Amino acid sequence: MSISHAPPGSTKDDIPGISPPDGADDQHLGLEPIAPVSSRRARVPRWLRRTTGPLVLLALWQLLSSTGVLTPDVLASPGRIAEVGRDLVADGSLPDAMATSLRRVAGGLVLGTVIGTGLALLSGLFRVGEDLVDAPVQMLRTVPFVGLIPLFIIWFGIGEAPKTAIITLGVTFPLYLNVYAGIRGVDAQLIEAGESLGLSRWGLVRHVILPGALPGAMTGLRYSLGIAWLALVFAEQVNADSGIGFLMVQARDFLRTDVIVVCLIVYAFLGLLADFIVRSLERLLLQWRPTFTGR
Amino acid sequence: MATDVHRPVTTSPVTTSSAVRVEGLTRAFDGRAVIDDLRLDVRQGEFVALLGRSGCGKSTLLRILAGLDRDIEGTVLVPRRKAVAFQAPRLMPWKKVWRNVLLGLPGKPERALADRALEEVGLSQRSDAWPKTLSGGEAQRASLARALVREPDLLLLDEPFGALDALTRINAQRLVGELWQRRGCAVLLVTHDVEEAVLLADRVLVMDDGVIAYEQEIDLDRPRDITDPRFAELRAGLLERLGVDPAAEAA
Ligand SMILES: Nc1ncnc2c1ncn2[C@@H]1O[C@H](COP(=O)(O)OP(=O)(O)O)[C@@H](O)[C@H]1O
Ligand SMILES: [Mg+2]
Repeated sequence: MSISHAPPGSTKDDIPGISPPDGADDQHLGLEPIAPVSSRRARVPRWLRRTTGPLVLLALWQLLSSTGVLTPDVLASPGRIAEVGRDLVADGSLPDAMATSLRRVAGGLVLGTVIGTGLALLSGLFRVGEDLVDAPVQMLRTVPFVGLIPLFIIWFGIGEAPKTAIITLGVTFPLYLNVYAGIRGVDAQLIEAGESLGLSRWGLVRHVILPGALPGAMTGLRYSLGIAWLALVFAEQVNADSGIGFLMVQARDFLRTDVIVVCLIVYAFLGLLADFIVRSLERLLLQWRPTFTGR
Repeated sequence: MATDVHRPVTTSPVTTSSAVRVEGLTRAFDGRAVIDDLRLDVRQGEFVALLGRSGCGKSTLLRILAGLDRDIEGTVLVPRRKAVAFQAPRLMPWKKVWRNVLLGLPGKPERALADRALEEVGLSQRSDAWPKTLSGGEAQRASLARALVREPDLLLLDEPFGALDALTRINAQRLVGELWQRRGCAVLLVTHDVEEAVLLADRVLVMDDGVIAYEQEIDLDRPRDITDPRFAELRAGLLERLGVDPAAEAA
């Protein structure tokens, strides 16, 4: 059941018995079909559409490498990179580096989440907390955290501590800002409704304010994850004797673009994984929220 | 909040036969008195409708009676068990409908309690739904169930049908009438719809200039018939009090 365009040039006679209202032009309306969703979807499966782009890029890259336009000391070919990647996994150096880096990110993330969320709760829920916490945090936020690396090395030495500290710092601020904004953005009407239902102060926090701040918190978490990887790259390249960043610094010294690309791919892969985890968390925690999923 | 000077919202012992007693109530916003020395009595089990032009302070009065606004002067006596339904349903979007109904009840109430209240408003099949998936009328009924499950002695309704389409509104009005007759609680219904007021209430109040400026007993038998000439007469009288010329309105 579809409606097609009226053929151009057709006369008024093809709708017999219906005469236009007085004074109306004897013209056809430009009817256009509303295609049912199912027919739109059927054309190309989503996963195929999504994988096409990267595959085309990869093919182009391989083509450039094998024709010699792209020399190995600029960028190794995809085939070569796959080989190196396999070797790095086989001799255990890549899994080791990954484990070290993951541990650093996880540590910084947990610490930063606790601190950022804790501070946001303090200043979001209590007027006193806001006066004491918000101004200093807003001030510190403007300091680029990467700039603190030298200071952290002086304070914490060159072990794991400065790396975790840098990641923690990077994670804390976006979480703080988003959770705080989330708390303050909770609909006052809902809070009033909660009051009218006899909720205690803690009941309001638990049933109204915190769930209402959750979308903001999830946005904060997403930002934080992105920044955590960034902070990791910085921290590991400035001084490290292990981890993916260290692997990259070593590779740079030996002009091994293939190893560098493998490391970049690992970073990207870990970033995707983190994003997947946040998405799943969002789907789980924010299922009450009907969202626009695009077409 | 100067509670040492002004008497706060007080809980009445259930010895009097009033559900609401308000005397000398004043509420000012930035020095402008929206409610000015207002007096109001509602008997137990009485259905009172409150009319008045927009911005005259109806919602303010209702919020004071609900205990949501305590920045007041004067005496306000209300039952301990009271419940509110607002113009917007104000359901917590992150809680399933039945959890919304039970929200704020003391102890650990059973889901069956919520389901019974939802049954009463004809919404039991949507008990497990997320509030954002409800239609306007359904959400308003859920909000009503949430108020009823508290077994209130006083039910405060702030234009609960204002945002509903005409058909849904008629059903919702009928529902409120039935629930009131079954429950026997006092109801204060804020509305801007004169016909709704005459249809449902024992007594209609008109608020103006911060006080109850006019009141009208509605002694029509229930169920009421809007085509009854006495119905039309009461409606016209109230419209006149509200400053609407009934003849012009009918035209
Ligand atoms: N929180 C507030 N701050 C300042 N003015 C308010 C506030 N709440 C209500 N008002 C004013 O009080 C008057 C009465 O409002 P309201 O009770 O909502 O009227 P309505 O009768 O339409 O329900 C309005 O003029 C409104 O602007
Ligand atoms: Mg109002």
